[in-house]
Amino acid sequence: MKRTSVIPRPKAEGPLKPQERSLAALGMTAGMDRRVFLAGSALLTVLPFASAHATPEAMAAAIKEVVGEGTIREGKVKLDLPPLVENGNVVPLTVSVDSPMTPADHVKAIHVFNEKNPQPHVFSARLGPRNGKAVIGTRIKLADSQKIIAIAETSSGAFWSASADVIVTLAACIEDVT
Amino acid sequence: MTNILVNAPKTAKPGEIVEIKALIMHPMETGFRPGTNGRIIPRDIIEHFVATWNGTEIFRMEMSPAIATNPFVSFFAVATESGTIGLRWTGDKGFLAEEQVAITVG
Repeated sequence: MKRTSVIPRPKAEGPLKPQERSLAALGMTAGMDRRVFLAGSALLTVLPFASAHATPEAMAAAIKEVVGEGTIREGKVKLDLPPLVENGNVVPLTVSVDSPMTPADHVKAIHVFNEKNPQPHVFSARLGPRNGKAVIGTRIKLADSQKIIAIAETSSGAFWSASADVIVTLAACIEDVT
Repeated sequence: MTNILVNAPKTAKPGEIVEIKALIMHPMETGFRPGTNGRIIPRDIIEHFVATWNGTEIFRMEMSPAIATNPFVSFFAVATESGTIGLRWTGDKGFLAEEQVAITVG
């Protein structure tokens, strides 16, 4: 392996030092490229959990199901939820859409999706001119720190979106604690 | 007996936009959690919430397991005429709950 590091290292000759011996036991030498090691350990931490949650790809597929061939543009939608959540079991969320809500121009539906809960779909709300204001609030569960996306569908068939990143310190319970 | 809390104004001016808040007691069991015996607890959630104004549907929401325990929903409605606001929750295991509140417009 070609060493690309600019830090000069002493030649590994003679018996290994205790620190080097433990590294050698893990199948690596002090000369191993640090980036390779870091990439490997990052992969190890991610892999066991990858299957337990929805993925950004699953979220994209769920969004595709709702939006179809339409294009989603950012804007008009405001997604309010706390940036830091202490308890993922109850996370207040408000979606408001800038719309006159008249019979000619109103919001037909508001959909919310997440990245890392077991299911990407959170809720879909159907609205109309009778609502006066395209604002809805609810409380959701979050299993992990992740990105939340709100998509509004207007009566003209356009899609507008907003996203928010949330840090969750206590995840919504995966196990029953009772 | 299901506990339901509804917060809506009792009176409103014609054309006024009023906020309606509804809270219902429900476990919203996700169907993803193992219980104490290690088996997955079966899903038990509210799937649909529908609001009507004198029988006309004004708001509907389809819920996933990601909605928190004891679902809370707030939305707005234009006060058109006096009457009743009907709220209806339906879900797994034949769950059905209804609540009505009266509103006077004028």
